[in-house]
Amino acid sequence: MTDLVATTPGLFPLPDWAKAELSDLKGHQKGDLISGDEGPELQDAYDRARTEVVDAQTDAGLDRVVEGQLRWDDMLAHPLAVHDNVETRGIVRYYDNNNFYREPVVQDDLTFDGDVAAELDAAAEQVDDGLQAVLPGPYSLADLATDEHYGDETEFLHAVADFLAGEADAFPDVETLFLLEPSLVENAPSEGLDAEVPEAVTAVADAVDCEVVVHPYWGALDEKVYAHLLDADVDAVGFDFVADHEANLYNLQEYGATDDIALGLLDGQNTLVEEPEAINERVDWVFDNLPVAEFDTTYVTTNTETFYLPYSKFEAKVEAAADAVALAETEVQA
Amino acid sequence: MTTNANRDQFRPEDHPNDHFLLTTVVGSYPKPKWLNRAKELYEDPDHEFDADDWAEAKDDACRLITDEHERAGLDVVVDGEMRRNEMVEFFAHRIEGYEFNGPVKVWGHNYFDKPSVVDDVAYDESWLVDEYEFTADAAERPVKVPITGPYTLANWSFNEAYEDDEALAYDLADLVNEEIEKLVDAGARYIQIDEPALATTPDDHAIVGECLERIADNIDEDVRIGLHVCYGDYSRIYPEILDYPVDEFDLELANGDYEQLDVFTADEFTKDLALGVVDAHVAEVEPVEEIKENVRKGLEVVPPERLVISPDCGVKLLPREVAFGKMENMVQAVREVEAELDAGEIEVPATSQRSPADD
Repeated sequence: MTDLVATTPGLFPLPDWAKAELSDLKGHQKGDLISGDEGPELQDAYDRARTEVVDAQTDAGLDRVVEGQLRWDDMLAHPLAVHDNVETRGIVRYYDNNNFYREPVVQDDLTFDGDVAAELDAAAEQVDDGLQAVLPGPYSLADLATDEHYGDETEFLHAVADFLAGEADAFPDVETLFLLEPSLVENAPSEGLDAEVPEAVTAVADAVDCEVVVHPYWGALDEKVYAHLLDADVDAVGFDFVADHEANLYNLQEYGATDDIALGLLDGQNTLVEEPEAINERVDWVFDNLPVAEFDTTYVTTNTETFYLPYSKFEAKVEAAADAVALAETEVQA
Repeated sequence: MTTNANRDQFRPEDHPNDHFLLTTVVGSYPKPKWLNRAKELYEDPDHEFDADDWAEAKDDACRLITDEHERAGLDVVVDGEMRRNEMVEFFAHRIEGYEFNGPVKVWGHNYFDKPSVVDDVAYDESWLVDEYEFTADAAERPVKVPITGPYTLANWSFNEAYEDDEALAYDLADLVNEEIEKLVDAGARYIQIDEPALATTPDDHAIVGECLERIADNIDEDVRIGLHVCYGDYSRIYPEILDYPVDEFDLELANGDYEQLDVFTADEFTKDLALGVVDAHVAEVEPVEEIKENVRKGLEVVPPERLVISPDCGVKLLPREVAFGKMENMVQAVREVEAELDAGEIEVPATSQRSPADD
């Protein structure tokens, strides 16, 4: 029997009061975005916002609790955007969304930074168990950035992976690490580079002593990319069943899966809140369509980050994911 | 000289030159600081500044910016969208089927109240007839009405109720058509559909085309309908967009330094071109000579009788004095180019390319 775990891929919206307070404190222009060396007033606002989203997850009953990544003004590009050896340039589109981030341009060695570990340390003080870390996967982070230092795309990918491994190595104890890899779908690696991805992912995964989930989204991976990704030393690969259930199912049927699995079943980009019963039906649909479905752990999550949503709808999504898993567990016991 | 009745209905009687290149704006204009202050007072429950005061402030701002456009010398004016907060929110508040759940991030700490479509959309109160009537009354010059297009209204909303965004866009297009009929009844002659979302998802150009078919349905041919498409990879939508049932395309080309001009000369541009000649994202007023160069770029695409001149995009994010300076220089540049055309001092590549003698 698979162990159902309700979680999210992080990158939450700020509570509305924090949106207003932080925009007053920071301003609206490109130069006003997060730099990694915020003063006490900003830190205090982010601390209060973090407490609120941690409480929202705990109150909802999620099995994994994330820090929320509320400081990530540049979304998945954040770990580089705050790095000293990275220059942030113009505002560029974030995948196919009506969202934008500062283009991070790597100018020098990607040395250890510790920004994400510091956030997790703060969250760890408020979470008794089930703390989950979130990082961009190495391929996506390299894809979102521009390299003006390493000079070769394979070398750059591994440099980003080594950087992320260093960041992950500094994490406090966590239960799970989610590595978000939307670029594997949206801008799939070219021939040759695709074979480098598992090694890069493994380098990050090996830096932590916890369950690691690689989560691509906005569709399904190309078969070859998926086949390569299964070579990575991770516990689970995630699937975006909201964007494309047929192609994801095909990959699972044709190539099998890791021991654990993450199912993106709630739409992180739509305010329509799924009913817990409907979420469980989708879990069953996936399992019913697989010849062998013996997963140790099944993560039930939104397909994407949820910063796209108004705060109240984000809360409702978190509750729906937690309620679905709680309901499924009750039904098993009954 | 060839004429273009649909465009030339807006030619001022006292126009100084034989040639006429219509000057206008895309729509939005910086709000006076006092209007933002008035809004804060209105939203402050402890303040006595009430709904009537707020309405009066918006009326005043509308008169002020309409007059500012006329002082700049524009041939067709807009009220600078003084009554509109944001290009999707404003309409969603007036359409049945929408609800609001709070602000969402665009980038950094820039947010908008992205609405959710929770039911079939339906026409309720008029969206823009009051705004048009007020502005037309305040203006000496003809007034253009910018309307956010259905594709953008659909794309920039959460869709909870429709099978897909395409179905939602078509229903919204029918509502836009209804609104334009009411605007035309009220006397409007110049409508501009704004579709910024097309620039980001150019593969959907056929959906926008179908929306425009619905929008233009049963609208008198004399009514001028334009389409504004913000900066993007125009080669992905051109020449396909020439099939759209509109009179004019308003394009943002100054921003990219006219690098994409070739796109529009490769296939004959068979509609009127509203050419952006000042950059809406650079807070410096371009000199008249530079703008004249840009105007002449337009003549590489269409002959003078099919050219309209405007800024690249809405100018609401510029400092107000910069916005005014750009309008003023733009009009001066156009009047000088017209005079040079009258004097035969400018060659018009778009005309000579297509003269029958070349065939």
